Amino acid sequence: MNLILISLLTLSVLGAALAVLIFFVAKKFYVFEDKRIDEVEAALPAANCGGCGFPGCRGFANACVKADTFDGLFCPVGGNETMQKVADILGRTAVAAAPTVAVVRCGGTCDHRPRMNEYDGVKHCFIAHNLYSGETGCSWGCLGLGDCEVSCEFDAIHVNPVTKLPEVDDDKCTSCGACVKACPKLLIELRKKGPKSRRIYVSCRNEDKGHIARKSCTVSCIACGKCEKVCPHEAITITNNLAFIHDDKCKLCRKCVEVCPTNAIVELNFPPRKVKVEEPVVEAK
Amino acid sequence: MDKLIISPAPHIHSGDSVSKNMTGVIIALVPALMVGFYFFGLGALIVTLTAVISCVLFEYLIQRFILKGENSVMDGSAALTGLLLAMNLPSNIPIWMVVIGSLVAIGIAKMSFGGLGNNPFNPALIGRVFLLISFPVEMTTWPKPVPFSLSYLDAETASTTLAILKGGHFGEIPSTLDLLFGNKGGSIGEISAIAILIGLAYLLIRKIIRWHIPVSILLTVFVFAGFLYLANPVAYPSPVVHLLTGGLLLGAVFMATDYVTSPMNPRGMWIYGIGIGIITILIRTFGAYPEGISFAILIMNGFTPLINAYIKPKRFGEKVKL
Amino acid sequence: MKTFRIGGIHPKDNKFSAGKKIQIAELPKQVAIPLSHYIGTPSEAVVKKGDLVKVGQLIGKANGFISANVHSSVSGKVAKIDVQLDATGYKRTAVFIDVEGDEWLETIDRSPKIKRECLLSKDEIINKIKDAGIVGLGGATFPAHVKLSPPPGKKADLLIINASECEPYLTCDHQLMLEKGEEIMVGISILMKALEVNKAVIGIENNKKDAIAHLSELAKTFQGIEIVPLQSRYPQGGEKQLIDALIRRQVPSGRLPIEVGTVVQNVGTTYAAYNAVQKNKPMIERVMTVTGKNAPNPGNYLVRLGTYLSAVVEQAGGIPEGTGKIVGGGPMMGRSLMNLNVPMAKGSSGVLFIREEEAVRKPIKNCIRCTKCVSVCPMGLEPFLLMNQSERNMWTEMEANRTMDCIECGSCSYTCPSNRPLLDYIRYGKSTVGSIIRNRK
Repeated sequence: MNLILISLLTLSVLGAALAVLIFFVAKKFYVFEDKRIDEVEAALPAANCGGCGFPGCRGFANACVKADTFDGLFCPVGGNETMQKVADILGRTAVAAAPTVAVVRCGGTCDHRPRMNEYDGVKHCFIAHNLYSGETGCSWGCLGLGDCEVSCEFDAIHVNPVTKLPEVDDDKCTSCGACVKACPKLLIELRKKGPKSRRIYVSCRNEDKGHIARKSCTVSCIACGKCEKVCPHEAITITNNLAFIHDDKCKLCRKCVEVCPTNAIVELNFPPRKVKVEEPVVEAK
Repeated sequence: MDKLIISPAPHIHSGDSVSKNMTGVIIALVPALMVGFYFFGLGALIVTLTAVISCVLFEYLIQRFILKGENSVMDGSAALTGLLLAMNLPSNIPIWMVVIGSLVAIGIAKMSFGGLGNNPFNPALIGRVFLLISFPVEMTTWPKPVPFSLSYLDAETASTTLAILKGGHFGEIPSTLDLLFGNKGGSIGEISAIAILIGLAYLLIRKIIRWHIPVSILLTVFVFAGFLYLANPVAYPSPVVHLLTGGLLLGAVFMATDYVTSPMNPRGMWIYGIGIGIITILIRTFGAYPEGISFAILIMNGFTPLINAYIKPKRFGEKVKL
Repeated sequence: MKTFRIGGIHPKDNKFSAGKKIQIAELPKQVAIPLSHYIGTPSEAVVKKGDLVKVGQLIGKANGFISANVHSSVSGKVAKIDVQLDATGYKRTAVFIDVEGDEWLETIDRSPKIKRECLLSKDEIINKIKDAGIVGLGGATFPAHVKLSPPPGKKADLLIINASECEPYLTCDHQLMLEKGEEIMVGISILMKALEVNKAVIGIENNKKDAIAHLSELAKTFQGIEIVPLQSRYPQGGEKQLIDALIRRQVPSGRLPIEVGTVVQNVGTTYAAYNAVQKNKPMIERVMTVTGKNAPNPGNYLVRLGTYLSAVVEQAGGIPEGTGKIVGGGPMMGRSLMNLNVPMAKGSSGVLFIREEEAVRKPIKNCIRCTKCVSVCPMGLEPFLLMNQSERNMWTEMEANRTMDCIECGSCSYTCPSNRPLLDYIRYGKSTVGSIIRNRK
């Protein structure tokens, strides 16, 4: 009995003393924080992907509350909808941005550029990239070891085991940019998603001269300049032996796709062409 | 080969492997095991076989049905755990206890953390300590050493040297020669100091372990016990007796040097060894148990991550600080 | 016997080509002389397509401080200046020359007579070495003249010659010492003059006893040159390890050998320096080893720069049956080659064939924390820890654990019983941490 009483008393006294201590410590070290940060954070997708450039969603919320405008602040995962919510909380107006999606600018499947060597190091693109240019003759193309796949928090990019190229799932991709940073060959780019996900882009990063590029991969950009000439909107420029389609100027007319002799320009999600348009393409091959 | 292989340097390998290291330790255990078989006969054989077989079996079953990973039975670590567990058991312990000990060692102490390389505590010791706490009577009655004995459960019992010390009967301590060769009561593997030292020599020559841990433990025990002895030779036994009795040598050579649970650089190893030595003597002299090496090793296993985090090896170009 | 104090391994020597006379490789039909160097800025081409060049003529001009001149190794017509896959595994700029005859510049002294006395001043020597495009031939191909011009306020008191050749298989330096011993000794005296030191030490591993004896005999007639036999251990040829082994001074983290008053040069570099200063012969050829366990005819060859390795291998009996991997350089630090159509560069010390069964790495197992990597690391690092941190992208922690000290010798990966690719990950971490540090500045 006595034992129980003593233990009970000691514990109660100890508890009370510590409670008082905690109370004063909490008072003393209280950090003021804007309540709106919590509200904004609640509106964010809580993916903590870092796609906005801040350390996690709370970092972004903090930045949003502190900043006066939304300049340079955009949550790629939540998109316009989330930014609208954030704007409502903070009483500002959101600036709508066109949705973007990650595209992989390499078309070098196993058929297009045969493997000449066998890589036997750690299956990690960056390590392979540090060592040599790739298993194929192309030193610019995809290594296919899946750093992008590992970096993706949304399960949106996967290396196809047959082509050994990563493929992006448009619906899952939030264009957070993690894969862009992960790719040592700088193959992945965030492009405008386009109406009905229709996109045209040069699926090549090879900056070698035409004949060398062609030798290493059959679908490489050889910088022939045909697309640049045919483009009515001046959306295509060629720098360093490589064509690039600027998505802000491109009107998706598909003329460049037709003239490309190596099929390096890729169109996505377009309806099939009429037969008469297809013939010249076949000839060009 | 149609395609040349490309890989980062280095392009050659020493040929060393996990199984080679494990086999090396098992070979080093053979002398101690032989002495155990000699003095405890059939019982020792039964206990050892049971422990090894059940450890391997449990590892296989857990890998196969629970972890579903690559099977690692062949690397020899499970067999080694079983062997070490058996060396720490008396030879007249019932088989079912051995099996339970193996299950705890492999199932709880090793595989639940993810298998070899991830266990924070020495599996064999966890198994032993589990049995010691659960079945104190069976675990502390040792058979009397009889060469080529054929008795198993019904063996005549004897007390260990440490139990004699605990009781304060210094006169009954076996002679140093008996301590060296193993003619005394005790667990299967711990009785012969010479056999264990032969094992240590083998391990050091094959470069399987580094000398720091065993030496630091033995040195600490010797110095600490020596101080106590000098302070009061009547109440405390001589440091030589401490060194040669109980599982100290077995623990210092085979258990404390377990790769996974010991610190990773010489400075850390010294701290680890000194800690084990001090705790062992504290338990032996002032604690309730006659033997403390198992607990000492487990306690220091717990400190290993901390030691690894804060004690760094001597870097090249670092000024020597005294 | 002296050796370095921390870590180290002893891989099997396998020096099959030891004692094989240096053969002069046939003149190739076309060469592709790389303008890029292993480190430093690529040189600038000073010839154009169609130009006729002679042996020894300047074709690439050093571009910046850490860069070196490149000279034509053959005479003929410049076919093109284009990219060429080289030993680094990347396509880089090279000058392609179609060989016509073998016409040398008149200034080059081609007589075999050894010219011992050198009356040039310090600056003249350094300029000659710089003009001749001499780079360190140990592997890193760091321009030699940079090392010979210590930063202001620093003074070397000792020249160390690296003749340890600790890499297994390679024998080119060994053979060079046996055949060109006297030239090497003259080269060393020239470098001593350039550095204004009066003492030089040559560190040779004792698996090259004939070279130690030969050079010790020669050293009697040269002042201030001492030969020190070293216990054979890898990576003794690492600059910092060699200094530690020879004079027991440890270069502090992130510093250069000049910090402890020494300059280290490879023994091959001293021979090249002799040629440059005494014979006006720029860096146009070097000795390389062609070897391997199954190589039909392991040997040492004197090869012109830019020669395709396939041509050299052809003379050594071709690619042996059952080759799984071809390494440019030694087995510990060399780079595996994508194919043999790569030109020989200044740093190419050998071609090594590795048999199929040895070429493939064994499956990776869990780390069993055996501490073997810690005990072999010559820099006193914790490779297992660095690998774990690199896998988890813990760059700050990696920097705190001194990953930048790693010399990439590969002892950790070599020794790991679980076959873990320690060095692969550490290299990855090093390059990332390195760029973080550079961005910070």
